[in-house]
Amino acid sequence: MPNFMEQALDYAQSNAPVWLQPTVSEGRQLWEKQALPTRKTEAWKYTGVHNLRQPYAVGESTAVALKDLSLSLPDLDAHRVVFINGHYRAELSSDELPQGVELVRFAQATAEQSAEIAKYLGTIVSKHDHVFASLNDASLTDGVFLSVAPGIVVDKPIQLVWITASQTAAFTTTQRLLVLAGANSSATVIEHFAGVRGEQAAFTNGMTELLVQAGATLEHYRLHLEEGAAMHVGGVHARLLANATLNSFHLALGSVLKRIDVVVDFQGAGAHCELNGVYLPRGEEHIDYHTCLEHAVPHCTSSETFRGIVGDSASAVFNGRIHIHRDAQKTRAELSNKNLLTSTRAEVNTKPELEIYADDVLCAHGATVAQLDETALHYLRTRGVSKAEAEVMLNFGFINEVVDGVRLDTLRAYLRPLLALRFSRDPQLARHLA
Amino acid sequence: MLKIENLHASVEGKDILKGLTLTVGAGEVHAIMGPNGSGKSTLGHVLAGRPGYTVTAGTVEFLGQNVLEMETEERAHLGIFLAFQYPVEIPGVSNMEFLKASVDTMREQRGLTPLDAVSFMKQAREACAAVDLELDFLKRGVNEGFSGGEKKRNELMQMMLLEPRLAVMDETDSGLDIDALQVVAQGVNTMRAADRSFILVTHYQRLLEYIEPDFVHVLAGGRIVRSGDKTLALELEEKGYAWLEDEVA
Repeated sequence: MPNFMEQALDYAQSNAPVWLQPTVSEGRQLWEKQALPTRKTEAWKYTGVHNLRQPYAVGESTAVALKDLSLSLPDLDAHRVVFINGHYRAELSSDELPQGVELVRFAQATAEQSAEIAKYLGTIVSKHDHVFASLNDASLTDGVFLSVAPGIVVDKPIQLVWITASQTAAFTTTQRLLVLAGANSSATVIEHFAGVRGEQAAFTNGMTELLVQAGATLEHYRLHLEEGAAMHVGGVHARLLANATLNSFHLALGSVLKRIDVVVDFQGAGAHCELNGVYLPRGEEHIDYHTCLEHAVPHCTSSETFRGIVGDSASAVFNGRIHIHRDAQKTRAELSNKNLLTSTRAEVNTKPELEIYADDVLCAHGATVAQLDETALHYLRTRGVSKAEAEVMLNFGFINEVVDGVRLDTLRAYLRPLLALRFSRDPQLARHLA
Repeated sequence: MLKIENLHASVEGKDILKGLTLTVGAGEVHAIMGPNGSGKSTLGHVLAGRPGYTVTAGTVEFLGQNVLEMETEERAHLGIFLAFQYPVEIPGVSNMEFLKASVDTMREQRGLTPLDAVSFMKQAREACAAVDLELDFLKRGVNEGFSGGEKKRNELMQMMLLEPRLAVMDETDSGLDIDALQVVAQGVNTMRAADRSFILVTHYQRLLEYIEPDFVHVLAGGRIVRSGDKTLALELEEKGYAWLEDEVA
């Protein structure tokens, strides 16, 4: 295995808390044995990782203040935890947590807490299938364990923010989140990644594990708002027990490289997952979503909608796999992926993948790639709307159905203008959308 | 107001309009009738500048300006409105956003300031009531999942909000039940004004029982082959189009 991560791995080995060290060493051994994916690796056919091959420094605990980051964090009326370049920032985080919610940083875990974390950490993601998961293990010095006690209904969302701010040289940060949603609990978790545009590449290796226990409901949002030279490879791995519900919303603005794997493992009958997402690469950006729903048990339902708008010379990949195991009778699963190409140079590779071994299931899937609807454009123009504004409205309209599905009002209100402006550098053209 | 002379137009290389001449004065209501495929809808699309409709000869002047050289939205700014026979569904763009964008742009073009949200809502509510559409339709995607009649009423509502100088109603009456037809007719009648003209494209004399036209024209083979007053419509109802086509041939 190439040693471009050496500095970070050495850093982790000497800085990880003692209880994490076995995980770190094991991860490193595995990472060093595994080969980096190439274009011949099926799951990486359209996403090259050559951009990653550069030596990375470790993210610094810089003293930069939020106001100097020229980035404003939305007020989502949430409990907030902020990391900058991989380091926890107490002054930007809320210190109070709702009753029944425990939030432990790996670096600060007591013996009792670390024993609890170790029980679940790494059990939801498969390190053998996901080479970057072993890298994540190997790079750990900190992380967040969020636990919601059984039966607790958390009113306010919990927002975890990971910011990458420019350093003098390319650097890497590791994000790790483990959520344990106790039986019959209900909570909202927002994972928010943002970057400050800089010339230096920031490579984030992110890994989130969600364990949604029986009867629990987890509203989950993962926002990838890093732009420019930022690179992000990682994923969300969830396990649902009986009658659990996971509603997971994903958003990615483009940057040099983004590869997000979302894997949902149905392990209890009656579980439900709604998985929605939007990706918007432009310029020379690249975004790759690989989703996989493992329906292993009967009577589960899943509904998945991803929409992408790809502009300029950008490229996107969507691979949506639904795997219905032999025992998963009475599964209902549907998947839709629609793409809009706004330039002749834009590219999308979409592939729904259905693998069904049970005989009594209801499955539907579809994928489309299209250009802006000329008749709709003309219709808007006959009502006096300029071509430029009509294009912005139609672009936004294409993803609006998914954005409208965001249940959290404050988040929807934050995202709408942000996305509307995404389609136009002239705010005038987005004025009727915000 | 509108002066069309010797208009020839083709769609996908096929000649549809073959020398159409028509003059519409301010405040007049013209009905255009004719058999299927005679070019009625093409006329509306050519006036609105739809891509794919190529004008090969002739002129169209509106308020003294050469319309054919204008972009679609410029024609709208000048006051040309086409009520579509098949209004387009645009999921994801709410009717409200669409109407606000449209009304704001038109006001801007007329040198007026944009309406504030409250005044706009008031107007939109009134327009909804006038065409008998539930307010809920404002929140839905443009024409998304609307029934045929609801789409037509939505077109009418847009016309009321945009206050055009010339409204071309392309078979706005087709597919409507008698109640909806009356709503549409009433909408048009209340919009009639000395400085606003209408071209009603229709198959049936029925609409003209509710909206009294000043002129009735018969379009056949891409040209206007007969013009008259409202009695012509009655004659057509009785005899059909065949005798006219025979006469022309």
